[in-house]
Amino acid sequence: MSNPLRGEVLRLYKNLLYLGRDYPKGTSYFRERLKTAFMKNKDITDPEKIKKLVDRGDLVIKELEALYFLRKYRAMKKRYCEPEH
Amino acid sequence: MSARVLVGVKRVIDYAVKIRVKPDRTGVVTDGVKHSMNPFCEIAVEEAVKLKEKKLVKEVVAVSCGPQQVQETIRTALAMGADRGIHVEVSGKDYETLGPLQVSKILAALAKKEQADLIILGKQAIDDDCNQTGQMTAALLDWPQGTFASELTFEADKLKVVREIDGGLETIMIKLPAVVTADLRLNTPRYATLPNIMKAKKKKIANVKPADLGVDVSSRLEVLKVDEPPQRQAGVKVETVEDLVGKLKEAGRI
Repeated sequence: MSNPLRGEVLRLYKNLLYLGRDYPKGTSYFRERLKTAFMKNKDITDPEKIKKLVDRGDLVIKELEALYFLRKYRAMKKRYCEPEH
Repeated sequence: MSARVLVGVKRVIDYAVKIRVKPDRTGVVTDGVKHSMNPFCEIAVEEAVKLKEKKLVKEVVAVSCGPQQVQETIRTALAMGADRGIHVEVSGKDYETLGPLQVSKILAALAKKEQADLIILGKQAIDDDCNQTGQMTAALLDWPQGTFASELTFEADKLKVVREIDGGLETIMIKLPAVVTADLRLNTPRYATLPNIMKAKKKKIANVKPADLGVDVSSRLEVLKVDEPPQRQAGVKVETVEDLVGKLKEAGRI
């Protein structure tokens, strides 16, 4: 395993796992798919490729944050704001 | 600017959870149910942190009242950028009856003790929907209030607040110190990610009891019962207009 990037990959996994607690379909659903996704790439050794995958993982984090925000905003708007004419 | 901001945050049942009433009808089920920071409180914290990032205020202090678990909520506020936290310990029966009046007395006492210049709260909590704490706090301190704020700007020693009201927006100028309550469109709260939570572990949370602040948390309200809203009745489909008229007459509507 490429040593310097091992830390990056673990960091990414932990961050995604933490974010998964708020996943709409449930924590276990998220955790299963997260593990599968990471296990699929476990034999990759090329640092370039690993870096690319980590970057994609960071993008997923951003997408999840956006998803969570929009869900919450829409729910609050529906409950507390008057419908616009 | 040497201003200090006090932000009140409340630990409530997560907005996405399906609420269930307890069988004995005294309240809702909270054991084992996911809790998180009130969405409007998140917006309040975000605004305070933004003010600090713009160097308009010096320190952001997050406050929460309740049992041990509210420390989680304070930690989230610290992860979002607050500098330190204050946990006002209220537990058991006192916590069950803790309402806006008691919280506003606590916040007023803390504001004086910490010499805060600005208090930012969420406009209302999604569990009790009181929409009272901000207003009461301002009244107790005799401070001006900018409620339902959707935009906040500093102008010299005053605060320009754009408020969301029925029928549109109202812009007011209030002098500091003041109380502001955050409405939905004030800002987009940042998510407290794991790295932020880890960094926030170094920040301090002070413990205080209401008695230390000279506040009596006994409530003058008693909850008699809690019920679910009435079940929605199924609709009925009819084939012809005559049927419709017949059904309406049956129901005594015409």
